[in-house]
Amino acid sequence: MGKTIAEKIFDTHLVDAPFGDVSVLRLDRVFCHEITTPTAIQDLVAHGKDRVFDPDKIKAVIDHVTPAKDSKTAMQGKILRDWARRHNIKDFFDIGNNGVCHAIFPEKGFVRPGFTIIMGDSHTCTHGAFGAFAAGVGTTDLEVGILKGVCTFKKPETFRIEIVGTLRPGVYAKDIILEVIRQISVNGATNMVIEFAGPVVDAMNMDQRMTLSNMAVEAGATSGICLPDMTTVEYLWPFIKDEYDSPEAALADYTKFCSDPDAVYAKTKTIDVSDLEPLTTFGYKPDNVKPVSEMDNTPVDQVYIGSCTNGRLEDLRVAAQVLAGKQIAPTVRGIVSPATPDIFSAALEEGIIKTFMDAGFCVTNPTCGACLGMSNGVLADGEVAAATTNRNFNGRMGKGGMVHLMSPATAAATAIQGHIANSELFSSQEEI
Amino acid sequence: MKSFEGNILCLDRADINTDEIIPAKYLTEIEKIAMKPHLLEDLTLDGFDPATDLEDIAVIVTRENFGCGSSREHAPWALEVNGIHVVIAPSFARIFRQNMFNCGMLAIDLPEDDIQALFDLCNNGGGRLTVDVDTNTIRAKGKEKQLTLGFSISEFDKTLVKTGGWVEYADTNY
Repeated sequence: MGKTIAEKIFDTHLVDAPFGDVSVLRLDRVFCHEITTPTAIQDLVAHGKDRVFDPDKIKAVIDHVTPAKDSKTAMQGKILRDWARRHNIKDFFDIGNNGVCHAIFPEKGFVRPGFTIIMGDSHTCTHGAFGAFAAGVGTTDLEVGILKGVCTFKKPETFRIEIVGTLRPGVYAKDIILEVIRQISVNGATNMVIEFAGPVVDAMNMDQRMTLSNMAVEAGATSGICLPDMTTVEYLWPFIKDEYDSPEAALADYTKFCSDPDAVYAKTKTIDVSDLEPLTTFGYKPDNVKPVSEMDNTPVDQVYIGSCTNGRLEDLRVAAQVLAGKQIAPTVRGIVSPATPDIFSAALEEGIIKTFMDAGFCVTNPTCGACLGMSNGVLADGEVAAATTNRNFNGRMGKGGMVHLMSPATAAATAIQGHIANSELFSSQEEI
Repeated sequence: MKSFEGNILCLDRADINTDEIIPAKYLTEIEKIAMKPHLLEDLTLDGFDPATDLEDIAVIVTRENFGCGSSREHAPWALEVNGIHVVIAPSFARIFRQNMFNCGMLAIDLPEDDIQALFDLCNNGGGRLTVDVDTNTIRAKGKEKQLTLGFSISEFDKTLVKTGGWVEYADTNY
């Protein structure tokens, strides 16, 4: 019987199986940020266990609230910073070098096919885009990960979702993942790994695959995995060129993790995206999804472009293409947060930042920012946001606020119109 | 081991998420106790007022996929500092469920029919229940009815509940 990629990664990382149904896995990476890690650090210190299993396998960043907004967030940063220094964690990203965890860690080459990765952050599933088993965990699991380099998981079943067809212009990975969540619901993949497959995923670049994998958790999934291929190898090549003689050799090594043709799946689904329109959410759950065309009279107060879902260079390029030469509506506050300093720099060089500023956007430093209402860009009671983020929960961006999730193209068009709207990248095709 | 006994709060909605259990703006707190006044603050549900309805509650009975969303362990902590050590639902989000057991608390899955029976039991004037981890039994008492229900949790989860959590276990064994 064949195996899925998740089963192969479990088999190669198994340390122990206490009580049968629980797998204790060896971890290749433990990622840390300043919101969920300080409590783990404090607890380790309090119990006389202020140790780390391997400083080279731990990567840390201050990203949620940066620069610090008050004394409490300053202290969270300080606890993480002091800890990284005292344990010689060299890959620690602070002011000037920091960015959104799920954008900066892949960008630095820390993620590889076949890796096991945990972080105290539910969107850790993003790194599954590289063919890794990457899962969000709570602070106690993180604490043990830091201390011992292990974590427990029940052996997950796999839900294989095959994406077929040809995307229409103006429809993106974000629209695909919203459609997936609409179809399977917020509980549709709970305790399962989603394996994204099919020609549409094969044709995606890594930025697009990360958008797809990022929102797997919104369907309840433990991880959202794309199978490693030459696209993965080419992205990683600058970091692995000393490890392999050629990209082909790396590919051969990585594809050994790929699911076997006779692997057994708990569920399978095929989604044809040929007729897919740009989508947005309308309620407080990520599976409340409708075509933008059915929501297009909804006025918005704020448009936010950024986050671990859609704050990467390609996302900014698409938004800038829509915004070029235009002004956002006077009733809209536009905010863009490039996800990392490298993305910010590239966007500067390409003139994208100027396009955003000329259109009337506020450009912030790389940060999680407005996504979760604990830093900048908080909504007032009764206000409405259009956002390229991943969660539309009640109060997510501020108490009493409503968030509509959408692609960067739709968000940019919405900013211009002042109400939810399809971008010309999609609409102009309609008219042809 | 923590106490698993007391008054029941019924929350009649599926997919109650971690942002509703504890909003992100309180994640800047480093002390668990600071979450106490903010439990379920953003939950909008007919007939539920977080300001008054959480007093002297030890158990939450709710619908499917409780705790979906963020990985924040602040959600079980907010329950813990309010004396709520048991949540009973047809299903849980994976990370929330694991966080509960890692903290030595109980997230118990029951079939929909048993959940409905608990809702019915509490319908007229509330109810209380006790969870016995040794015998895997829930004994619930309402004004008019009594109910005994069996449940199952894995041996590993039971060990976490009994030993007080995953940190001690892992540091000893790995």
